[in-house]
Amino acid sequence: MNWNVYMYILVMAGVTYLIRMLPLVLFKKEITSPFLKSFLYYVPYACLAAMTFPAILTAPSSGMIAGAAGLAAALIAAYREKSLLTVALFACGAVFVVERVMEIIG
Amino acid sequence: MEQKINKQQFMRGLHDGVPIALGYFAVSFTFGMMAVSGGLSVWQATLISLTNLTSAGQFAGLDIMIACGSLWEMALTQLIINLRYSLMSFSLSQKLERNLAPWHRFAVAFGMTDEIFGVSASQPGRLNPFYNYGAMSVAVPGWTFGTLAGAIAGNIMPGFLASALSVAIYGMFLAVIIPPAKKHRAVQKVVVGAMAVSTLFACTPVLNKVSSGFVIIITTLAVAGMAAYFCPIEDGEEEDA
Repeated sequence: MNWNVYMYILVMAGVTYLIRMLPLVLFKKEITSPFLKSFLYYVPYACLAAMTFPAILTAPSSGMIAGAAGLAAALIAAYREKSLLTVALFACGAVFVVERVMEIIG
Repeated sequence: MEQKINKQQFMRGLHDGVPIALGYFAVSFTFGMMAVSGGLSVWQATLISLTNLTSAGQFAGLDIMIACGSLWEMALTQLIINLRYSLMSFSLSQKLERNLAPWHRFAVAFGMTDEIFGVSASQPGRLNPFYNYGAMSVAVPGWTFGTLAGAIAGNIMPGFLASALSVAIYGMFLAVIIPPAKKHRAVQKVVVGAMAVSTLFACTPVLNKVSSGFVIIITTLAVAGMAAYFCPIEDGEEEDA
Protein backbone atom coordinates (compact mmCIF):
# COMPACT_ATOMS: atom_id res chain seq x y z
CA MET A 1 0.00 0.00 0.00
CA ASN A 2 2.91 2.33 0.73
CA TRP A 3 4.25 2.75 -2.80
CA ASN A 4 0.66 3.42 -3.79
CA VAL A 5 0.47 6.46 -1.54
CA TYR A 6 3.40 8.02 -3.39
CA MET A 7 1.77 7.26 -6.75
CA TYR A 8 -1.35 9.06 -5.54
CA ILE A 9 0.73 12.03 -4.37
CA LEU A 10 2.59 12.17 -7.68
CA VAL A 11 -0.66 12.17 -9.68
CA MET A 12 -2.27 14.77 -7.39
CA ALA A 13 0.70 17.13 -7.46
CA GLY A 14 1.36 16.61 -11.18
CA VAL A 15 -2.21 17.29 -12.30
CA THR A 16 -2.57 20.27 -9.97
CA TYR A 17 0.68 21.83 -11.17
CA LEU A 18 -0.15 21.30 -14.85
CA ILE A 19 -3.51 23.02 -14.39
CA ARG A 20 -1.76 26.03 -12.89
CA MET A 21 1.22 26.07 -15.21
CA LEU A 22 -0.13 25.36 -18.71
CA PRO A 23 -2.35 28.45 -19.08
CA LEU A 24 0.44 30.69 -17.76
CA VAL A 25 3.07 29.25 -20.06
CA LEU A 26 1.09 28.45 -23.20
CA PHE A 27 -1.70 30.98 -23.52
CA LYS A 28 -1.24 34.67 -23.55
CA LYS A 29 -4.55 35.39 -25.27
CA GLU A 30 -7.69 35.94 -23.21
CA ILE A 31 -10.48 33.33 -23.16
CA THR A 32 -13.36 34.71 -25.19
CA SER A 33 -15.94 31.90 -25.22
CA PRO A 34 -18.75 33.13 -22.93
CA PHE A 35 -19.76 29.55 -22.15
CA LEU A 36 -16.25 28.52 -21.12
CA LYS A 37 -15.71 31.67 -19.09
CA SER A 38 -19.03 31.18 -17.31
CA PHE A 39 -18.35 27.50 -16.74
CA LEU A 40 -14.95 28.20 -15.16
CA TYR A 41 -16.53 30.93 -13.08
CA TYR A 42 -19.19 28.59 -11.65
CA VAL A 43 -16.92 25.58 -11.13
CA PRO A 44 -15.56 26.47 -7.67
CA TYR A 45 -19.03 27.19 -6.26
CA ALA A 46 -20.55 23.97 -7.59
CA CYS A 47 -17.57 21.94 -6.47
CA LEU A 48 -17.25 23.35 -2.95
CA ALA A 49 -21.02 23.13 -2.40
CA ALA A 50 -21.07 19.50 -3.53
CA MET A 51 -18.16 18.68 -1.23
CA THR A 52 -19.75 20.41 1.76
CA PHE A 53 -23.27 19.06 1.70
CA PRO A 54 -24.32 16.48 2.80
CA ALA A 55 -20.78 15.49 3.94
CA ILE A 56 -20.77 18.05 6.80
CA LEU A 57 -23.74 16.26 8.41
CA THR A 58 -21.92 12.97 8.84
CA ALA A 59 -18.44 14.38 9.61
CA PRO A 60 -18.72 14.53 13.44
CA SER A 61 -18.35 11.11 15.06
CA SER A 62 -21.54 11.55 17.12
CA GLY A 63 -23.66 11.91 13.99
CA MET A 64 -26.15 14.15 12.23
CA ILE A 65 -27.38 16.35 15.08
CA ALA A 66 -23.91 17.72 15.76
CA GLY A 67 -23.30 17.97 12.01
CA ALA A 68 -26.49 19.98 11.53
CA ALA A 69 -25.48 22.32 14.36
CA GLY A 70 -22.08 22.86 12.74
CA LEU A 71 -23.74 23.54 9.41
CA ALA A 72 -26.17 26.06 10.92
CA ALA A 73 -23.41 27.91 12.78
CA ALA A 74 -21.21 28.03 9.67
CA LEU A 75 -24.09 29.27 7.50
CA ILE A 76 -24.90 32.11 9.90
CA ALA A 77 -21.25 33.19 10.24
CA ALA A 78 -20.64 32.90 6.49
CA TYR A 79 -23.81 34.86 5.75
CA ARG A 80 -22.44 37.65 7.92
CA GLU A 81 -19.26 37.50 5.80
CA LYS A 82 -16.90 36.51 8.61
CA SER A 83 -13.39 35.38 7.65
CA LEU A 84 -12.67 31.77 6.70
CA LEU A 85 -11.05 31.08 10.02
CA THR A 86 -13.92 32.59 12.04
CA VAL A 87 -16.56 30.62 10.15
CA ALA A 88 -14.59 27.42 10.66
CA LEU A 89 -14.25 28.08 14.39
CA PHE A 90 -17.98 28.76 14.73
CA ALA A 91 -18.75 25.44 13.06
CA CYS A 92 -16.29 23.56 15.29
CA GLY A 93 -17.60 25.33 18.41
CA ALA A 94 -21.21 24.40 17.61
CA VAL A 95 -20.28 20.74 17.16
CA PHE A 96 -18.31 20.78 20.39
CA VAL A 97 -21.14 22.34 22.41
CA VAL A 98 -23.85 20.08 20.98
CA GLU A 99 -21.77 16.96 21.64
CA ARG A 100 -21.16 18.01 25.27
CA VAL A 101 -24.90 18.72 25.76
CA MET A 102 -25.78 15.36 24.28
CA GLU A 103 -23.37 13.66 26.67
CA ILE A 104 -25.01 15.35 29.64
CA ILE A 105 -28.61 14.62 28.68
CA GLY A 106 -27.94 11.32 26.93
CA MET B 1 18.03 49.36 -10.20
CA GLU B 2 15.98 46.43 -11.40
CA GLN B 3 17.27 44.36 -8.51
CA LYS B 4 16.12 47.02 -6.09
CA ILE B 5 12.60 47.02 -7.54
CA ASN B 6 12.49 43.24 -7.41
CA LYS B 7 13.53 43.33 -3.77
CA GLN B 8 10.86 45.92 -2.95
CA GLN B 9 8.22 43.81 -4.68
CA PHE B 10 9.40 40.72 -2.83
CA MET B 11 9.08 42.48 0.53
CA ARG B 12 5.64 43.75 -0.42
CA GLY B 13 4.50 40.24 -1.31
CA LEU B 14 5.99 38.90 1.91
CA HIS B 15 4.04 41.48 3.90
CA ASP B 16 0.75 40.61 2.16
CA GLY B 17 1.53 36.92 2.53
CA VAL B 18 1.67 36.90 6.34
CA PRO B 19 -2.11 36.88 7.00
CA ILE B 20 -2.49 34.33 4.20
CA ALA B 21 0.10 32.10 5.86
CA LEU B 22 -1.67 32.31 9.23
CA GLY B 23 -4.99 31.29 7.68
CA TYR B 24 -3.27 28.48 5.80
CA PHE B 25 -1.65 27.15 8.94
CA ALA B 26 -5.05 26.58 10.56
CA VAL B 27 -6.60 24.91 7.51
CA SER B 28 -3.65 22.69 6.76
CA PHE B 29 -3.40 21.75 10.45
CA THR B 30 -6.83 20.15 9.99
CA PHE B 31 -5.59 18.44 6.84
CA GLY B 32 -2.62 16.97 8.69
CA MET B 33 -4.86 15.61 11.42
CA MET B 34 -7.29 14.06 8.98
CA ALA B 35 -4.48 12.57 6.89
CA VAL B 36 -2.89 10.69 9.80
CA SER B 37 -6.28 9.59 11.13
CA GLY B 38 -6.90 8.20 7.63
CA GLY B 39 -3.72 6.13 7.86
CA LEU B 40 -1.04 8.27 6.20
CA SER B 41 2.33 8.91 7.86
CA VAL B 42 3.33 12.34 9.15
CA TRP B 43 5.89 12.61 6.34
CA GLN B 44 3.38 11.65 3.63
CA ALA B 45 0.84 14.19 4.87
CA THR B 46 3.49 16.94 4.90
CA LEU B 47 4.73 15.96 1.43
CA ILE B 48 1.18 16.28 0.06
CA SER B 49 0.87 19.82 1.39
CA LEU B 50 4.32 20.87 0.16
CA THR B 51 3.71 19.58 -3.36
CA ASN B 52 0.00 20.42 -3.81
CA LEU B 53 -0.62 23.69 -1.99
CA THR B 54 -4.39 23.51 -2.36
CA SER B 55 -7.10 22.86 0.20
CA ALA B 56 -10.15 21.42 -1.57
CA GLY B 57 -8.05 19.25 -3.88
CA GLN B 58 -6.04 17.77 -1.03
CA PHE B 59 -9.09 16.92 1.07
CA ALA B 60 -10.77 15.27 -1.90
CA GLY B 61 -7.52 13.48 -2.76
CA LEU B 62 -7.23 12.21 0.79
CA ASP B 63 -10.75 10.74 0.57
CA ILE B 64 -9.76 8.89 -2.61
CA MET B 65 -6.57 7.52 -1.02
CA ILE B 66 -8.46 6.30 2.04
CA ALA B 67 -11.12 4.69 -0.17
CA CYS B 68 -8.34 3.17 -2.36
CA GLY B 69 -9.79 4.80 -5.49
CA SER B 70 -8.07 4.50 -8.86
CA LEU B 71 -5.33 6.84 -10.08
CA TRP B 72 -7.68 7.92 -12.88
CA GLU B 73 -10.27 8.94 -10.35
CA MET B 74 -7.55 10.87 -8.51
CA ALA B 75 -6.39 12.66 -11.66
CA LEU B 76 -9.93 13.52 -12.79
CA THR B 77 -10.97 14.74 -9.35
CA GLN B 78 -7.94 17.02 -9.10
CA LEU B 79 -8.59 18.28 -12.61
CA ILE B 80 -12.21 19.17 -11.86
CA ILE B 81 -11.68 20.60 -8.39
CA ASN B 82 -8.62 22.62 -9.35
CA LEU B 83 -9.86 23.74 -12.75
CA ARG B 84 -10.43 27.19 -11.32
CA TYR B 85 -6.67 27.68 -11.07
CA SER B 86 -6.44 27.57 -14.86
CA LEU B 87 -8.77 30.55 -15.00
CA MET B 88 -6.58 32.40 -12.50
CA SER B 89 -3.47 31.47 -14.47
CA PHE B 90 -5.13 32.74 -17.64
CA SER B 91 -5.88 35.97 -15.89
CA LEU B 92 -2.39 36.48 -14.45
CA SER B 93 -0.74 35.51 -17.72
CA GLN B 94 -2.23 38.75 -19.08
CA LYS B 95 -1.07 40.77 -16.11
CA LEU B 96 2.54 39.58 -15.69
CA GLU B 97 5.30 41.91 -16.88
CA ARG B 98 6.27 41.46 -20.51
CA ASN B 99 9.65 40.03 -21.60
CA LEU B 100 10.13 37.93 -18.48
CA ALA B 101 12.49 34.98 -18.59
CA PRO B 102 10.29 31.91 -19.22
CA TRP B 103 11.11 30.24 -15.90
CA HIS B 104 9.21 32.96 -14.00
CA ARG B 105 5.91 31.66 -15.37
CA PHE B 106 6.74 28.13 -14.22
CA ALA B 107 7.59 29.42 -10.74
CA VAL B 108 4.58 31.73 -10.34
CA ALA B 109 2.31 28.83 -11.40
CA PHE B 110 3.36 26.73 -8.41
CA GLY B 111 1.99 29.34 -5.99
CA MET B 112 -1.30 29.95 -7.79
CA THR B 113 -3.73 29.60 -4.90
CA ASP B 114 -7.06 31.38 -4.42
CA GLU B 115 -5.52 33.78 -1.89
CA ILE B 116 -2.22 34.52 -3.64
CA PHE B 117 -4.13 35.05 -6.85
CA GLY B 118 -6.42 37.42 -4.96
CA VAL B 119 -3.64 39.66 -3.65
CA SER B 120 -1.53 39.59 -6.82
CA ALA B 121 -4.48 40.30 -9.12
CA SER B 122 -5.23 43.39 -7.03
CA GLN B 123 -1.73 44.86 -7.55
CA PRO B 124 -1.76 48.02 -9.65
CA GLY B 125 -0.38 47.76 -13.19
CA ARG B 126 1.79 44.92 -14.44
CA LEU B 127 2.65 42.17 -12.00
CA ASN B 128 6.27 41.68 -10.96
CA PRO B 129 6.81 37.94 -10.27
CA PHE B 130 8.91 38.80 -7.22
CA TYR B 131 5.73 39.97 -5.53
CA ASN B 132 4.39 36.42 -5.88
CA TYR B 133 7.67 34.96 -4.66
CA GLY B 134 7.43 37.11 -1.53
CA ALA B 135 3.90 35.92 -0.80
CA MET B 136 4.85 32.31 -1.55
CA SER B 137 7.89 32.50 0.73
CA VAL B 138 5.59 32.74 3.78
CA ALA B 139 2.43 31.06 2.46
CA VAL B 140 4.13 27.82 1.37
CA PRO B 141 5.88 27.26 4.75
CA GLY B 142 2.63 28.23 6.52
CA TRP B 143 0.74 25.58 4.59
CA THR B 144 3.44 22.91 4.89
CA PHE B 145 4.28 23.35 8.58
CA GLY B 146 0.57 23.57 9.43
CA THR B 147 0.13 20.07 8.06
CA LEU B 148 3.25 18.85 9.84
CA ALA B 149 1.96 20.23 13.16
CA GLY B 150 -1.53 18.83 12.59
CA ALA B 151 -0.16 15.43 11.60
CA ILE B 152 1.94 15.26 14.77
CA ALA B 153 -0.93 16.49 16.94
CA GLY B 154 -3.37 14.14 15.18
CA ASN B 155 -1.70 11.12 16.70
CA ILE B 156 -2.39 12.43 20.17
CA MET B 157 -5.67 14.24 19.41
CA PRO B 158 -8.52 13.38 21.80
CA GLY B 159 -11.68 12.15 20.08
CA PHE B 160 -13.93 15.02 21.09
CA LEU B 161 -11.54 17.55 19.57
CA ALA B 162 -11.16 15.56 16.35
CA SER B 163 -14.93 15.36 16.03
CA ALA B 164 -15.36 19.13 16.45
CA LEU B 165 -12.52 19.91 14.02
CA SER B 166 -13.94 17.55 11.40
CA VAL B 167 -16.34 20.29 10.28
CA ALA B 168 -13.65 23.02 10.04
CA ILE B 169 -12.94 22.51 6.35
CA TYR B 170 -16.64 22.61 5.48
CA GLY B 171 -16.95 25.83 7.46
CA MET B 172 -14.20 27.33 5.34
CA PHE B 173 -15.83 26.18 2.12
CA LEU B 174 -19.09 27.81 3.22
CA ALA B 175 -17.20 31.02 4.01
CA VAL B 176 -15.99 31.01 0.38
CA ILE B 177 -19.31 30.26 -1.33
CA ILE B 178 -21.98 31.95 0.80
CA PRO B 179 -21.02 35.66 0.46
CA PRO B 180 -21.03 35.58 -3.39
CA ALA B 181 -24.22 33.50 -3.29
CA LYS B 182 -25.85 36.35 -1.36
CA LYS B 183 -25.02 38.84 -4.10
CA HIS B 184 -25.53 36.76 -7.25
CA ARG B 185 -28.70 34.80 -7.86
CA ALA B 186 -26.97 32.54 -10.37
CA VAL B 187 -24.26 31.59 -7.84
CA GLN B 188 -27.00 30.95 -5.30
CA LYS B 189 -28.72 28.55 -7.70
CA VAL B 190 -25.40 26.82 -8.39
CA VAL B 191 -24.73 26.33 -4.66
CA VAL B 192 -28.22 25.04 -3.86
CA GLY B 193 -28.31 22.93 -7.03
CA ALA B 194 -24.94 21.31 -6.33
CA MET B 195 -25.93 20.50 -2.74
CA ALA B 196 -29.20 18.99 -3.98
CA VAL B 197 -27.48 16.83 -6.59
CA SER B 198 -24.85 15.53 -4.17
CA THR B 199 -27.62 14.78 -1.63
CA LEU B 200 -29.43 12.83 -4.33
CA PHE B 201 -26.28 10.76 -4.84
CA ALA B 202 -25.93 10.17 -1.10
CA CYS B 203 -29.55 9.10 -0.53
CA THR B 204 -30.53 7.17 -3.66
CA PRO B 205 -29.95 3.40 -3.73
CA VAL B 206 -27.40 2.40 -6.42
CA LEU B 207 -26.27 6.04 -6.81
CA ASN B 208 -24.91 5.98 -3.26
CA LYS B 209 -22.40 3.35 -4.41
CA VAL B 210 -20.65 5.97 -6.57
CA SER B 211 -17.42 7.08 -4.87
CA SER B 212 -17.24 10.58 -3.42
CA GLY B 213 -14.66 11.77 -5.95
CA PHE B 214 -16.88 10.96 -8.90
CA VAL B 215 -19.92 12.45 -7.19
CA ILE B 216 -18.01 15.75 -6.98
CA ILE B 217 -16.94 15.53 -10.62
CA ILE B 218 -20.40 14.65 -11.95
CA THR B 219 -22.14 17.24 -9.79
CA THR B 220 -19.70 20.01 -10.69
CA LEU B 221 -19.78 19.33 -14.44
CA ALA B 222 -23.57 19.09 -14.50
CA VAL B 223 -24.39 22.08 -12.30
CA ALA B 224 -21.65 24.46 -13.54
CA GLY B 225 -22.40 23.41 -17.12
CA MET B 226 -26.11 24.07 -16.79
CA ALA B 227 -25.46 27.40 -15.07
CA ALA B 228 -23.01 28.45 -17.80
CA TYR B 229 -25.60 27.51 -20.43
CA PHE B 230 -28.63 29.13 -18.83
CA CYS B 231 -27.01 32.01 -16.92
CA PRO B 232 -23.83 33.04 -18.78
CA ILE B 233 -21.95 35.71 -16.86
CA GLU B 234 -21.62 39.23 -18.19
CA ASP B 235 -18.16 40.65 -18.83
CA GLY B 236 -16.55 42.01 -15.69
CA GLU B 237 -19.02 40.28 -13.41
CA GLU B 238 -16.41 37.87 -12.06
CA GLU B 239 -14.36 40.68 -10.55
CA ASP B 240 -16.90 41.73 -7.96
CA ALA B 241 -17.90 38.21 -6.94
